[in-house]
Amino acid sequence: MKSPRLIFTLLFDGSAFMMSRNFRLQQVGGVEWLTRNYRFASVSEAIDELMILDVSRGVRDRAAFLDAVREVSRGCFVPLSLGGGINDKEDALRLLREGADKVVINSALWRNQRLLEEISSVAGEQSIVAAVDIRSGGGDLRLMTDNGLVAVEGDPPRLMSELARLPFGELMMTSIDRDGTGMGLNMEVLELLGPRFSHPVIIAGGVGKGEHIAAGLADPRVTAVATANLLNFVGDGLARARDDVRERGHDVCDHLSVQSVTVLPGGGR
Amino acid sequence: MLALRFGIVDIGMGNLHSVLSAMKQIGVEATTVNSADQIGAYTHLILPGVGSFREASSRLESTGIGEAIRGSVREGACLLGICLGMQLLGTSSTEDGVSLGLGLIEFDVERFSSSEVGRAPVPHVGFSPVSASPVELFEGIPDRSAFYFVHSYRVAEVTESTWCAHAEYGSRFVAAVALERVVGTQFHPEKSQGQGLRLLQNFALMGR
Repeated sequence: MKSPRLIFTLLFDGSAFMMSRNFRLQQVGGVEWLTRNYRFASVSEAIDELMILDVSRGVRDRAAFLDAVREVSRGCFVPLSLGGGINDKEDALRLLREGADKVVINSALWRNQRLLEEISSVAGEQSIVAAVDIRSGGGDLRLMTDNGLVAVEGDPPRLMSELARLPFGELMMTSIDRDGTGMGLNMEVLELLGPRFSHPVIIAGGVGKGEHIAAGLADPRVTAVATANLLNFVGDGLARARDDVRERGHDVCDHLSVQSVTVLPGGGR
Repeated sequence: MLALRFGIVDIGMGNLHSVLSAMKQIGVEATTVNSADQIGAYTHLILPGVGSFREASSRLESTGIGEAIRGSVREGACLLGICLGMQLLGTSSTEDGVSLGLGLIEFDVERFSSSEVGRAPVPHVGFSPVSASPVELFEGIPDRSAFYFVHSYRVAEVTESTWCAHAEYGSRFVAAVALERVVGTQFHPEKSQGQGLRLLQNFALMGR
């Protein structure tokens, strides 16, 4: 009954796709590198959704970001989430107009409480992914903003229950400590959710292989696992990970390839 | 053969870009249409939509596009409603108070209740298998192919004369409907990889 999802996340910094480790970024390659190593139109069968985040540390060039998004997602007919530094309604609506099905809101969740209401009143709650970055240390979990650098003031479980009252569709929880390590997800972050939390939860940070995805999906609170590990899944890595997840008993679905659909003769006329 | 024209109805809600590029991928040239007096020029209309039923319903009525769509359907045009667009084909919805749909197919739209979905989260988001008896719209699509859903409201029930397909989320719900040339999918075919493109292609071939 659960529709388990595998989400592939790409981090783009204005010129290149990045590998993030504990939120420190390293350039991997440009659009050309990505299309050569992943052949997006065909690997999209191995994933259920695509997320592309603008992780530019300086001023964000949305036009360049959207160009990269279009280039990468051409021929991909999967849900697309876009985000990174969204602070106002106009920016969010622009991304939704230009091809995003959902926008990912992170730091602004704690700064501009009206933002979710403003976006959802136009585009609906389902168009918003609330993204929370979590650092663990000394037995405590802390909510972080601004690329994992600034702690949100307040008691984390209480902050999460306040967040749960705002209008959004899904929640994404990323472990900063596991990010990019490939050592597996930190399932402890789910402890921040109250027993009555009722939104779909995406968990991220630490996925290095199919086994880790399966371990995430095994938790009843999790409906999707995201990975931004750009180096572990090159070539047919995502397809192999998906097969592994299925062999471990998770009901991820089969997708028909876009290439299998023939073009109608005569432009449909 | 009558020239076919494909129009994607733009009421300022939803991601038209995705539907346009999906149509392009299958070799169908579609254009967006945002005024009532253009609606009649199309043999095939697609009504996409995300967001609030109430808002969409009031835009359809205030612009006259709703009436124009009903007129086109009476004249024999094919119509595909996607997600909110499918819900708008019905009689009414309880989203933000009761508001009226296009009334082309008799059904009501209500929010998923906890007795239906149990402890599963709402909105229902993800790819779910769809069971459909063989019809034109699902031609060439293996039974129980999964399609992408993202919704908190669903069609309550349909009358016997309306064909429908089902998916499960806690319990069975209506995933697609068809009544003559009016069809609707609760899921997003434009976001459902190859299986979704086949469905769009089947729609493009309707009425030939």
